[in-house]
Amino acid sequence: MATLHTKAAARAMMSPAVILLLIWMAVPLAMTLYFSFLRYNLLMPGMEEYTGFLNYEFFLTDPAFPIALANTLMLVGGVLLITVVGGVFLAILLDQPFWGQGIVRLLAIAPFFVMPTVSALVWKNMLMHPVNGLFAWIARSFGAEPVDWLSSMPLFSIIIIVAWAWLPFATLIILTALQSLDSDQKEAAEMDGAGPVSIFLHITLPHLARALTVVILIETIFLLSVFAEILVTTSGGPGNASTNIAYLIYTQALLQFDVGTASAGGVVAVILANIVAIFLIRMIGKNLET
Amino acid sequence: MGAITLENVVKRFGEAQVIHGVDLEIKDGEFVVFVGPSGCGKSTLLRLIAGLEDVSDGRIVIDGQDATDLPPARRRLAMVFQSYALYPHMSVARNIGFPLKMAGMDKAAIEAKVQGAAKILNLTDYLDRKPGQLSGGQRQRVAIGRAIVREPSAFLFDEPLSNLDAALRVNMRLEISELHQSLATTMIYVTHDQVEAMTMADKIVVLQGGKIEQVGSPLELYRNPRNKFVAGFIGSPAMNMVEGAEAAKAGATTIGVRPEHFVMSHESGQWRGKVGVAEHLGSDTFLHVEVEGVGPVTARATGEFEARHGDTVFLTPEEGRVYRFGPDGLAL
Ligand SMILES: Nc1ncnc2c1ncn2[C@@H]1O[C@H](COP(=O)(O)OP(=O)(O)OP(=O)(O)O)[C@@H](O)[C@H]1O
Ligand SMILES: [Mg+2]
Repeated sequence: MATLHTKAAARAMMSPAVILLLIWMAVPLAMTLYFSFLRYNLLMPGMEEYTGFLNYEFFLTDPAFPIALANTLMLVGGVLLITVVGGVFLAILLDQPFWGQGIVRLLAIAPFFVMPTVSALVWKNMLMHPVNGLFAWIARSFGAEPVDWLSSMPLFSIIIIVAWAWLPFATLIILTALQSLDSDQKEAAEMDGAGPVSIFLHITLPHLARALTVVILIETIFLLSVFAEILVTTSGGPGNASTNIAYLIYTQALLQFDVGTASAGGVVAVILANIVAIFLIRMIGKNLET
Repeated sequence: MGAITLENVVKRFGEAQVIHGVDLEIKDGEFVVFVGPSGCGKSTLLRLIAGLEDVSDGRIVIDGQDATDLPPARRRLAMVFQSYALYPHMSVARNIGFPLKMAGMDKAAIEAKVQGAAKILNLTDYLDRKPGQLSGGQRQRVAIGRAIVREPSAFLFDEPLSNLDAALRVNMRLEISELHQSLATTMIYVTHDQVEAMTMADKIVVLQGGKIEQVGSPLELYRNPRNKFVAGFIGSPAMNMVEGAEAAKAGATTIGVRPEHFVMSHESGQWRGKVGVAEHLGSDTFLHVEVEGVGPVTARATGEFEARHGDTVFLTPEEGRVYRFGPDGLAL
C-alpha cells in the first residue's frame, strides 16, 4: 500500500468490516455503561432508577473486590509464566528430529482443543480428586498423605488447569518461530565459539522475542476472563480464595440478581484490562516493530 | 599458521555419498578456490573443514593437529556464509564483537578490536546500526569483520559475493584479495564463478561429483587441463570440443580449441563456416559459427573484425593450442 490511491482504496475496502466491528463492540459496551448507572435488580423489576456512581462504589468497596483483583493478576501471571517457560522448553524438544515426530506434535497440540469445562472436570474428578484422583493415588503409593488440591490450594490448582490448556498454544507459536530461525545463524554462532547455552541466550531467545510477545498478549486477553474452569471446579471458593473479577461479576449478576453492580463490575474489568494492555504494550510492544 | 591437509575425506548423507575420498594440501597463507558445477560438493567440503559436518571417513589435519573430531569453535577457523548469517537483533558492533565476547575477552579490548576491524572495512559510521539497515555490500563487510577480529588461522568463504550485483562483486573481489595480501592468512573460497576463481586464487581446486578433478594455479589449469571437464570449465567462453573426423585427424577422440585461439580470416583457412550470431563487445567480438563438418564453434575475434549474420568466415586453430583428449576424456 504505497500510493495515495491504493491507500484510499484499501480504506474503502476495509470500512464495512471496521464499522461492523465498531457497532459490535460499541453497542454492548454502551448498554453496559448505561446499566451500570442504574439501580437495577432482577428481583425488583420495574424499579430501575438512576443512581449515579453508587453501583461502582458498591463493587469497588466490596471486600471481595481486592481479593478478586489479586487473584486475577496471579492467575494471569502464573499461567503466563508456566506457558511461556514450558512452551519454550517443549518447543525446543519438539524441534529436535526424532521418530514419530508428527504424531507427538499432534498429541502435544491436543489439549488446546479440549473445552475448558471438560478439561476442568477431568482435572477435578480424575486427577486432583483427593480420593479417586491420580495424584492422590500416586501420593498414597509413596505412602504420603494425598493433597486435596482444590480446597487446600484452589488458585494454584486452577492455574495448573488453565496453564495445561494454554501450554499447547504457546508451544505451537514458539515452535513455528523456532523453525524459522536460520540455521546459518546457529552455525555461525557455533563457529564463533558459542556453546549451546550461549546460542540459546544470544541467538534463539532474541529470535523468539516476537513470538513470545504475541503469546503473552493473546494469552493475557483470554486469561483476564477465565471463568469456566473456576465455575466447574471451585466455584470461586473456598470463600473467595479462587474468585477472579470475571467470576465476581457473575456472582453479582446471577447469584444476587444485581444487574447494575454487575455492569459496573464489567466496566471496571474493561478498564483493568486496558491498564494491563497499556503496561504490556509499553514493556514488550517494541518487539513487534520491525 | 593455517596449513590444512585433507586425507582421503569421505562424506555420506545416509546412503548418498557426496564426497568421494578427497586428498588436498593447503599451505599456510594460500588463497585456495574451490570451483565446480552446482551440487558438486564444494559447500559440503568447506563445511567439513569448518567442522559443521562430521567426516564419514578420512582425516582433517589443521596446523599439524588432527582436527577430525574437534568441534568448530576449537578449529580456529572463521567462516563467511553466503547468507552472511549476521545476528539480526544485534548492532553491527555487537555482531563483530560477538566471537570475542564468547571468548571471554573484556569489554574495552573488544571495543578496541571492533573499532580496528571497522576501520579496515569502512564500517565506522555504521557500528550502531542493525544489519537490517545495511546494504548488501555493507552486510558482507560486517560478516568479514566478524571473521577477522578473531584472528583465525584460516578464513572460509562460501560464495560470499553471489548475492551482490555485478559492479559491487568486482569491488568486493578486490577488497577480499587486498585483505588476503595484508593479512597473509590462509583463505579457502568457494565459488562457481570461474572469473572469481581465476582472478583471486593462488590455487584452484576443480571439483566434480564429489571428486577433485585437478588442482593447480589458474594459469596451469588454463594451459594444461588434465581432462575434458577441467578444459571445459576453466576459461570463458568455454573451450570448443570437436569430435569425429576432425579429431581423428589429430589422433584423438576429442579435440578442444579455446575461442581465443583461432586465426580468423574472410578469405582462407582450415575450417569454413557461416556466422550465426556475432556479439560485438567493443574490445572483442564473439562469433558463433556453424562450421562445415565440425558443428557449432565459438570464436573470439578482435573488435575490428567485421562479421555479421550469414557471412562466411574461415577459422584456423593456432599451432600448438589444440588440446587432444583420449576416449576416457584425459588429455593426451
Ligand atoms: N544435509 C544434506 N543431506 C543430504 N544431502 C545433502 C545435504 N547437503 C548437501 N547434500 C547433497 O550433497 C551434494 C553437494 O552439495 P553442496 O551443497 O556441497 O553443493 P555445492 O557444490 O555447494 O553446490 P552449489 O554451487 O549449488 O552451492 C548435493 O548433491 C546435495 O544434494
Ligand atoms: Mg554451495
